[in-house]
Amino acid sequence: MGQTVAEKIISHHSGRSVQAGELAIVSVDGVMATDATGPMAIKAFHEMGGETLWDAARVSMILDHATPAPNEKIANLHKLLRDFAAETGCHFYDVGEGICHQLMVENAHVRPGDIFLGADSHTPTYGALNAFAAGVGATDLAAVMFTGKTWLKVPETIRIELVGELPRGLSAKDVILTLVGLLGVDGANYMAIEYTGEAIRNFTLASRMVLANMAAEMGAKTAFVDPTGLKLWYDWTPTYADADAQYAQQHVVDVSNLKPKVAVPHLPSSVKDIDAVAGTKVHQAFIGSCTNARLEDLQMAAQVLRGKKIARGVRLLIAPASRRVFNDALSDGTIQILSDAGATIINSGCGPCVGTLGGIPGDDEVIISSTNRNFRGRMGNPNAQIYLASPAVVAASALTGQITNPTDVLDTTSEWEVL
Amino acid sequence: MLRGRTHVYGDDIDTDRIIPGKYTKTLDMSELAAHVLEDLDPNFSKIVQPGDILVAGKNFGSGSSREQAPVALKRAGIAVVIARSFARIFFRNAINIGLPLVEVKHHTIRPGHEVEVDLIGGVVHNLTTGETYQATRMPSVMIDILNAGGLVNYLKTHRDYKL
Ligand code: SF4
Repeated sequence: MGQTVAEKIISHHSGRSVQAGELAIVSVDGVMATDATGPMAIKAFHEMGGETLWDAARVSMILDHATPAPNEKIANLHKLLRDFAAETGCHFYDVGEGICHQLMVENAHVRPGDIFLGADSHTPTYGALNAFAAGVGATDLAAVMFTGKTWLKVPETIRIELVGELPRGLSAKDVILTLVGLLGVDGANYMAIEYTGEAIRNFTLASRMVLANMAAEMGAKTAFVDPTGLKLWYDWTPTYADADAQYAQQHVVDVSNLKPKVAVPHLPSSVKDIDAVAGTKVHQAFIGSCTNARLEDLQMAAQVLRGKKIARGVRLLIAPASRRVFNDALSDGTIQILSDAGATIINSGCGPCVGTLGGIPGDDEVIISSTNRNFRGRMGNPNAQIYLASPAVVAASALTGQITNPTDVLDTTSEWEVL
Repeated sequence: MLRGRTHVYGDDIDTDRIIPGKYTKTLDMSELAAHVLEDLDPNFSKIVQPGDILVAGKNFGSGSSREQAPVALKRAGIAVVIARSFARIFFRNAINIGLPLVEVKHHTIRPGHEVEVDLIGGVVHNLTTGETYQATRMPSVMIDILNAGGLVNYLKTHRDYKL
């Protein structure tokens, strides 16, 4: 019987041919934890009797969730991770280097065909590279730090074929919000997703990461983006599903008539066409997170904001996904455009996305955000209303002070440069 | 066999509502119980008693990978969580830290019912109404991890796992 991508990668890591539904013990190629999960993972690792890591070169610790430390409690957690990294010799990314998922991909700690576990729910992001990447909790992660292995259930797979061509002004975020709206917040629970189709053939790595990243919002264990057209800076071998692979569900979605999408409070699956919410007054706009804060996202925002000023009464916060993204956006002039427009550029990291530091909204305030979750309280205040959208929508909304379709404010003579 | 009084909530209760991110940035777990479910029901931490049973709808524990979510419930005294379905990371985390879960697709449990959960047999008895509900069976490795009291203890005897 043919195999899905998940079945192939797990077979390769368990030494036998597996099918969905079976349990398997697999070797793991890499793990990572952050300041949110690393301290508990280290504690569990020591409780298990762990002293040296199974393979320090395959373990990364990243300070990104609350950086720079806003108080002494968090400073001490940071210190604990820093000391652990120094003792064990694992990879370590200190304050300001960037968001864990961006760093794992940028620095090739995860590669196509790998099994990678991250103590963070957006670990499926690496499915952009065709890796089997799943989020786990701290104790599961500690177990891999200790043994180099984990057990898992081979997931069933949902195949999503994306056909047609995305209209101007739309991007991967509009596609993934469409899909989250379609499948629901538990539509892929325990399952893998394979994204394929002509609509995403020319997607950049960054755009593929958007699709894989928000597989987490459908409850998926992992996700894979068809590697056709994927360009990487190192040698790699693609994994394709067999033509006769078995799928739990198959969907075909035509993207050619999509409108920009917005997820309204308080679920990422409460997705509407922008027309339904256009005009809603916003108080804060945020471009950041492991979903949408890469160079092409900042460029998209800059294209909307070039030579203009954001509306009075709106704060626009921008947190580039990593130092590399920030430097690239500095050298190509993107940061200058955004800053001139009135954006507050904050350090690379999670901060406002998860309400740990910076950009906490006030009561009854409306936030438009390029992040991935709008759960009540997500940004640190349960009385705020969070809307999710693409960087272009966020920038256009910051410009006018109300939720705005970017095609209404884009200069019609200029080419839409990204995507 | 676990027996207790129920608290019943709805669908899609995410980890931010189980324990807000602002309380999880510490290794001191003693504070967690005081804030468990506070954005959902500010009274919960005051009324919950050791041995109580939490009942929820579908997709319980969705969202972040924070293990503090099941830890907070366990610290608050919750003996077992019954839900129509669980988000996958939460499911693994709960078992790993020794908080039992049962997935029951159909039930008519209301707040304050007296319920008895048979984890091994995979059934839930509602002592208030006299009904019995079927639970989804867990993989045996998860039962072994639960019986060991969590993954830390399990690995002390099964370093290579046992399926
Ligand atoms: S940016 Fe947000 S969603 Fe991504 S890892 Fe950080 S906190 Fe999680």
